[in-house]
Amino acid sequence: MFERIWRASLAPLVAATAAIAISSIALLISGNNPVEAFVEMWKTIDSTAAIVDIINTAVPLYISGVAVAIGFKMNLFNIGSNGQYILAALVAGWAGAEVSLPPLLHVPFVFLVAMTVGGSWALIAAILSVTRNVNVVVSTIMLNYIGIGLSAFLLSEYFRDSENGGLVAQTKVMPESARLPKLDPIFEFFGFNFGERVDLLGFLPFAILLGIAYHVLLNRSLFGYELKLSGMNADAAQSAGVNPKKMVLITLFMSGAVAGMIGLPFLLADPNFLKYGDAFPVTLGFTGLGLALLGRNSPVGVAAAAVVWATIEVATRRLGSLGIPPEIGKILQGSFLLAAVIAYEVVRRRNDAAAAEDAAAATRDDRSPPPSPAPEPAPIGATS
Amino acid sequence: MSATIDAATVTSQRPPLLSSTRWRIVALVMVGMAVMSTARIIADNGDLTSSGTFGVALRTAAPIALAGLSGLIAERSGTINIGLDGMMVMGTIFAGWWGWQYGPWMALLGGIVGGMLGGLLMSVATTTFGVNHIVAGVAINLIAPGAARFMASELFVGVQGGSVTSSPGNSGSIGSFTLPFLSGGDLFGWQTPDILGWFEDTGWFMIADVAGLSKGVTTAVTWDVVLTIGLFFGIAYFLWHTPLGLRLRFSGERPSAAASLGVSVHKMRYIGMAISGGLAGMGGAVLVLFANRYQENQVAGRGFLGLATMIFGNWMPAGTAAGAGLFGYAQGITLRTNPAELVNALFLAAAIGLMLTAFFMAYRRSLAGSGTVLAFALVAFWAYFAVKEPNNQLVFVTPYVVTLIAVSVGAQRLRPPAEEGIPWFKGMQ
Repeated sequence: MFERIWRASLAPLVAATAAIAISSIALLISGNNPVEAFVEMWKTIDSTAAIVDIINTAVPLYISGVAVAIGFKMNLFNIGSNGQYILAALVAGWAGAEVSLPPLLHVPFVFLVAMTVGGSWALIAAILSVTRNVNVVVSTIMLNYIGIGLSAFLLSEYFRDSENGGLVAQTKVMPESARLPKLDPIFEFFGFNFGERVDLLGFLPFAILLGIAYHVLLNRSLFGYELKLSGMNADAAQSAGVNPKKMVLITLFMSGAVAGMIGLPFLLADPNFLKYGDAFPVTLGFTGLGLALLGRNSPVGVAAAAVVWATIEVATRRLGSLGIPPEIGKILQGSFLLAAVIAYEVVRRRNDAAAAEDAAAATRDDRSPPPSPAPEPAPIGATS
Repeated sequence: MSATIDAATVTSQRPPLLSSTRWRIVALVMVGMAVMSTARIIADNGDLTSSGTFGVALRTAAPIALAGLSGLIAERSGTINIGLDGMMVMGTIFAGWWGWQYGPWMALLGGIVGGMLGGLLMSVATTTFGVNHIVAGVAINLIAPGAARFMASELFVGVQGGSVTSSPGNSGSIGSFTLPFLSGGDLFGWQTPDILGWFEDTGWFMIADVAGLSKGVTTAVTWDVVLTIGLFFGIAYFLWHTPLGLRLRFSGERPSAAASLGVSVHKMRYIGMAISGGLAGMGGAVLVLFANRYQENQVAGRGFLGLATMIFGNWMPAGTAAGAGLFGYAQGITLRTNPAELVNALFLAAAIGLMLTAFFMAYRRSLAGSGTVLAFALVAFWAYFAVKEPNNQLVFVTPYVVTLIAVSVGAQRLRPPAEEGIPWFKGMQ
């Protein structure tokens, strides 16, 4: 067990060291003191409020990472999760504010709309892949920009709140019945107090549920087995009776449906948003690609990656007061990602080589010549 | 994207009208101009094929074309370069920096250097360490904007006219070139006649449009765009007419065969990625020279548009250039004085063009395809009559829709390099 954890964390640790080294060099070149910067970053995150902030930031990142991880598991690169979630957030934000439903139905309704829109947008790429043999990377990239453009068009022409929005293009604010309550009271019951400045937003349980569902799907279901098998060896999967077209259709739809949920923490739980509009974050899908890579597509790994990413984001917020550009966080994140990707690959090749070595050794043992008489000559004309 | 061809559909087709590829391209261009000319006359919008429009189209096409060429050389050498969007971003920040400090020509060089750094970084991951190319490209795309923002905050904040999202502006302009005699350029201080401009003003069918196109691409063309056009010929010559180019393509098609003949596949892939990065970065620099400064998010996905262009162009320089011209035109018209009317007229041109394509496909006995294209033509006709004020966002998505349709219709005929995207190591078969 300990051995396994150590093996799994070796590559990220090397990558983290490399990232800190690269960022320190960047800080030194730009005439800043790296030690000062990292001490300040540590001070920024060393409080309960900061941890709550990190969790809130990590939730949409985690969903985004899981969304693409599902596809990555079978080597389906859904590069277009960004377009999927923006379109989904817009339509779900509009539809959620238009209808009036009781709270127990309203939230599921918004979920349903978002997941259907996101999934359908990804399904276009899947259909083009299975019917026209179009590369998924290419079609999702195209659909990405079509989705972004289409949502800007829909927002400005049809979905904008013409009464209260004024000049700003945004959808109507979600009604009370579609809002998820903050989780602070639960923690206050157990004696934790987060302070006035931050609230633990109500979407966290859904992210945890998503992680569990992803784990069950991946490791405890037939579909998950077929998914992983298709990713490891598509030909073997096909000869084992897995229908590759069906797999592409279902997997991409699921990936898009989860991507559709990326915007929901903002729509349903974040009091600063509760609507789709100008300040809405629009690059989370791209970030999710990195998180899936960092977390190696595993439910826990992606969660760890999302927390690390969010930690860097929160930690660097106050660097500006020291005259250090907060953008060093982007360097940290980027170099960590690239170093991790390389480190994983190196470790994987090492392990593969070691496994091959072991297998070869085992085969040699099996075939050690048995002390038996020479085999009888085969009859003439026999085929082996 | 395997190149499987359905034998039944091939045999039932009639032979093409023209046997030579070269003549088919010439015919296609002429038909295209005729369609544009007809649309110009019916919609009564002279700006559709004016030299001004084509001039702007060339300007907006140049960065897309460079991105496409960047993708082309990377994929020819065997690396799928999804990261070229990030390399363009690196190009813009370096170009903004050097352009502000040392002038426009150094901006161009800075862009190339910045992009090349990105290309080499990605090649370390993909070639040396064998990381999945999509994975490495995604990583580069995430790193580059962060690195650019960090550099901008270090370089431009606190400087007169600079901020974290914008450089102070280039010192000087790169200058431009106008063809003498045909487009009215100066020759040793003497203003030569503007023959093409005269033909353009006549408004004659076809003649005015061809004159508008010719004048547009030869009038006040900035030197960076001239260089871009030259690079297309240069890269095409390099890849198909030099030994190094052959080895480079060989590494993308059959690396193990190339290695068996003594080609260093890794070296070729590094060279390919260095040139690819340099071209992408130069694309970023062209954007900086156009805006006269670095701006955050200046690239706006043009790297991906370049990739689309390259696929649309079937991994060939001429096709890539044609795709870039098409997409550049679609983007360029949004910069003209009356983009709504232009887009409206373009709907008509698209409708006529699609109708012709449908007839042609029916002649080739591809009835299902013909029906599909005809449906698109009817939609375009509807758009021409119904949509008088097209939304700019819809214009923005046009290139992506066109590419998606093109790859959906033509995916069977597209032929990417055989072994691109597969990490290769010594001793692999």
